[in-house]
Amino acid sequence: MASVVLSEAEKVYIVHGVQEDLRVDGRSCEDYRSVEVETDVVSNTSGSARVKLGHTDILVGVKAEMGTPKLEKPNEGYLEFFVDCSANATPEFEGRGGDDLGTEIANTLYRIFNNKSSVDLKSLCISPREHCWILYVDVLLLECGGNLFDAISIAVKAALFNTRIPRVRVLEDEEGSKDIELSDDPYDCIRLSVENVPCIVTLCKIGYRHVVDATLQEEACSLASLLVSVTSKGVVTCMRKVGKGSLDPESIFEMMETSKRVGKVLHTSLQSILHKEESLGPKRQKVGFLG
Amino acid sequence: MAGLELLSDQGYRVDGRRARELRKIQARMGVFAQADGSAYIEQGNTKALAVVYGVPRGIGGVRSRALPDRALVNCQYSSATFSTGERKRRPHGDRKSCEMGLQLRQTFEAAILTQLHPRSQIDIYVQVLQADGGTYAACVNAATLAVLDAGIPMRDFVCACSAGFVEGTALADLSHVEEAAGGPQLALALLPASGQIALLEMDARLHEDHLEQVLEAAAQAARDVHTLLDHVVRQHVREASILLGD
Repeated sequence: MASVVLSEAEKVYIVHGVQEDLRVDGRSCEDYRSVEVETDVVSNTSGSARVKLGHTDILVGVKAEMGTPKLEKPNEGYLEFFVDCSANATPEFEGRGGDDLGTEIANTLYRIFNNKSSVDLKSLCISPREHCWILYVDVLLLECGGNLFDAISIAVKAALFNTRIPRVRVLEDEEGSKDIELSDDPYDCIRLSVENVPCIVTLCKIGYRHVVDATLQEEACSLASLLVSVTSKGVVTCMRKVGKGSLDPESIFEMMETSKRVGKVLHTSLQSILHKEESLGPKRQKVGFLG
Repeated sequence: MAGLELLSDQGYRVDGRRARELRKIQARMGVFAQADGSAYIEQGNTKALAVVYGVPRGIGGVRSRALPDRALVNCQYSSATFSTGERKRRPHGDRKSCEMGLQLRQTFEAAILTQLHPRSQIDIYVQVLQADGGTYAACVNAATLAVLDAGIPMRDFVCACSAGFVEGTALADLSHVEEAAGGPQLALALLPASGQIALLEMDARLHEDHLEQVLEAAAQAARDVHTLLDHVVRQHVREASILLGD
């Protein structure tokens, strides 16, 4: 991951600031930086979103492809995650350099979506045991300015919200052979409910306190952090400790409470902004990377 | 089944352009704050990002492949897994990406004044976000802006454009549909001020007599691209100098 080098004095400055609930950029411990979200930025995908959180820049594309359901879940479709840490973010990611981080993030995404409530996978089934939709969720990391996991989860949620899957019908003739018919109307499509899609809230332990949405500098001061994936109702679906330091059990409970509180607010504002963007309709001026 | 009609009797192409007409080009410099130079370009539906990491890098360390007399230009091309119609399995490292990386490297070694920065490395990373024909051209144009944004001295702009040949007419700036239809394709990177060619590549066969016409179409398109890029650079510098309060 892109690293910053901080002197001892700079670290002390950041740690003392956090203890006083005043961070370097003027935020308090539970404040996010302003998040920019735009959906439908790549037109040849089923759904896409770009999220900018401070200097962290994420592009997510979702492609729906037809495939066969998994043997153990014959009447469900499934999601595939892939994270590309491109060399755009830092030269260290050139060649295969970003693969480790990419796999780590992809595995985390698999884990937070690995429960029945996150996405209604049954709606992705076309005909049991034979055909289903596979949603390839591809994350592209373009710039890395701290708090990758939160930004990626927000972008994934926004892209899934934007995803439109063409409606198909299964026609069966007398001999029992099945035929799949795609709807002629390009606007005739199904959409996923993202009500229960969780977002990750990362809490960085700095000194005796913890902060949300740490910048690169703050991440450099923190030894351990806790990833908590929270749904809009405040339900925790997954939790993971990352970093080389250790955390004591009491602070984990404190951090969970914080993450639930912060997560609910994050979901509410994300939902409202996504609906607001959609209400602008197809005539909306797309900004993309030009703005 | 009759093939797709690429050029109508009235002289219009599938997307409604004239034979020598370019797609709409929009570009922006300085997209990212952390990189030394960055740029984004849209040519129709082809979208590319280029990032340049700068001159003093690569001195010592494991990655050092420093040359004693000039700077090493290192290019990586990758295209997002969702960029193409059918999903790609790998963003980079496949044969096409490696080839594209080498072509970009050749193009920019011809343009950057490498002898001014001995024992250093210039990394150019290009990322295609959406591919709709002419990816090489979009990558070169984006990379030119990114190198300019990084302030690395160049001989000239490098402007690239593709061209094809259908029914006795040269077409400039091919879209994906026109590329997929087969037929000759020419990729040209031009240094517009001197009219020198930095890279020229043609596939499929084309009669020698027609080459001049196709080459001229590509060169004219590249000069048009130059006018647009020049405008983008001037605009960017104007905005930057206002922000600096000059």
